[in-house]
Amino acid sequence: MTAADRRSHRPSGQPRLSLIEVFPQPDRQQLSLSGKLIFAEAGEIWTDVSARIATLEKGDRIDFDMSRVDAIDGGTMALLVHLRSELAARGVRAEFAGAGADVQALIHLYRGDIRASRRVRQRAESTFSQLGRSTIHFFHELRGILGFLGNSVLAAVGLLREPKTGNWKQLAPTMERAGADAVPIVVLINFLVGFVMAFQGATQLKQFGANVYVADLVGLSVTRELGPLMTAIILCGRSGAAFAAELGSMSVSEEIDALRTMGFGPIRYLVLPRTLALMLVLPLLTLLGDLVGIIGGLVVGVTSLGLTVGGYLSETQKAVSMWDVFSGLIKSVIFAIAISVIACQQGMATTGGAEGVGRRTTASVVSTLFALIIIDAGFTVFFHAFHL
Amino acid sequence: MSEPMIKVEGLTMGWPGPAGAPVILQQDATFDVARGEVFAILGGSGCGKSTLLRYLVGLESPLGGEIAIAGLGRPNLEVGRPPFGVMFQSGALFGSLTVGENIGLSLEQWTDLPYEAIAAIVLAKLKLVGLEGAENRYPAELSGGMKKRAAIARAMALEPELIFLDEPSAGLDPVSAVELDQLILTLNKVLGLTVVLVTHELPSIFKIAQRCIMLDKETKSIIATGDPCELRDHSDDPRVRDFFNRRPRSV
Repeated sequence: MTAADRRSHRPSGQPRLSLIEVFPQPDRQQLSLSGKLIFAEAGEIWTDVSARIATLEKGDRIDFDMSRVDAIDGGTMALLVHLRSELAARGVRAEFAGAGADVQALIHLYRGDIRASRRVRQRAESTFSQLGRSTIHFFHELRGILGFLGNSVLAAVGLLREPKTGNWKQLAPTMERAGADAVPIVVLINFLVGFVMAFQGATQLKQFGANVYVADLVGLSVTRELGPLMTAIILCGRSGAAFAAELGSMSVSEEIDALRTMGFGPIRYLVLPRTLALMLVLPLLTLLGDLVGIIGGLVVGVTSLGLTVGGYLSETQKAVSMWDVFSGLIKSVIFAIAISVIACQQGMATTGGAEGVGRRTTASVVSTLFALIIIDAGFTVFFHAFHL
Repeated sequence: MSEPMIKVEGLTMGWPGPAGAPVILQQDATFDVARGEVFAILGGSGCGKSTLLRYLVGLESPLGGEIAIAGLGRPNLEVGRPPFGVMFQSGALFGSLTVGENIGLSLEQWTDLPYEAIAAIVLAKLKLVGLEGAENRYPAELSGGMKKRAAIARAMALEPELIFLDEPSAGLDPVSAVELDQLILTLNKVLGLTVVLVTHELPSIFKIAQRCIMLDKETKSIIATGDPCELRDHSDDPRVRDFFNRRPRSV
């Protein structure tokens, strides 16, 4: 059995059910189809007919003689009608001729008996235009996020005036899901960050006999930069994506519209509790991350640099001030707002079913990571400029 | 004559198009809905029936024209409690809440009723729509018809005078569809509820709607207003007669 036979479900060796021949006439070509034209053989029919009409030129005329066709199915007819309109696009007139009543009905159903229309081929968009469209899209999205942030601030002010109208019930479960449930991964990642950094730093510092300064390196970079940033990235991947997907599926199933028509502002009801929950848990997780990051460094210092636990910790204490930890926590609050606001905005902007939810969730994570890095860089420059 | 429940004047629906020119869905729609009537919005697929409903309830801002609901102007969903209930096509029940919590949500938000009173009202509403015993079930556990009835109960939670229903009987079996029609008629007759519904179901329209408008996609306008039975038998417009008599216009 050949591959073509397997594809067409035709038993091996059995001849094709249809026959295609060309008879040149004085004023036209005649393509004669006969036998059974079935979808299982559509591939071969397509190749065969395409090859036979390939040489036709503008002004030629061809008839598809259907008089000896015993049976034809819808799929094959659709292909023939398509080839006819391809011919029309090349300026060749092609018509179905001599069809019996059954076949004619099928020709009519697939619109093979009306004037073949030329399909307008869509030209591929130029690189320049794609670039322009993406730029406009970027600013459009940015405007959407900033507008949403503004509305969230207004809603928060409204909530402060009337605390009774808040959706406080959602706060504790969201804190549990975003905070307590994230503890294992936060611990693992931050431990490894401190551990790896100590290893990399140690090889350099050993050359100068400055082993003990590994504690300074790890302590400062974890508390000021990596602890807050890594923890925020974890939260963005866990909770940010969850928020975007949750609100996205609520959007596509009209639940957000339903909330609005019931007089619940979706920002007040859905976004503020999530944002507040993240603002409360992210600093706590960051503090935990700082701690285990330092422990990660400590493990390397003690096991491979010959430092004592006491020596490492007292060096860390000397190097890291309260402000170093505190500045990381300030950042983490801003990170929390960015994660929640972007995720909720993307979720609520979702249209277009399940695929839309997936697309917006991806967009939410990508935009948030971008925002986190920008905010982090902004903070670093700000703290540096003011010698903080 | 008392003031109409809904007054729409010169409403233009659409959205800004890519090339600056707006894409218009319906132009200059004018109609009103009297208090206590069942009013149907009809038309072929894609003519903007469900979209018109979104404008009426304040989910979209019109390109032009005026909408007044209960003499209050265009509904502002950002401020206070809307004076109507809405049932969306899919039901749009909140999947994370039970049916009872779905119905009780607006009562908790907009009234000072104690928990027991809210629970009692929820049970009464469920009984009204024939869903006794479903209060602790989640929307995912309900059939399509039950979801729609639960959504009507939710829309009725705050005793509104006006309720909007988007395709209430679409996708239901004939018996459930008739039951739903009965429910709508009962709510209309007994409670004096004004009902605005978008639907395709002709038998249901003839049975329950006192008046209707028919939107047309090509002319982007309202092509008929009046009693559906009257329009079916005596309309001058062949498009309207064909629609009501289920005659395909061209094949």
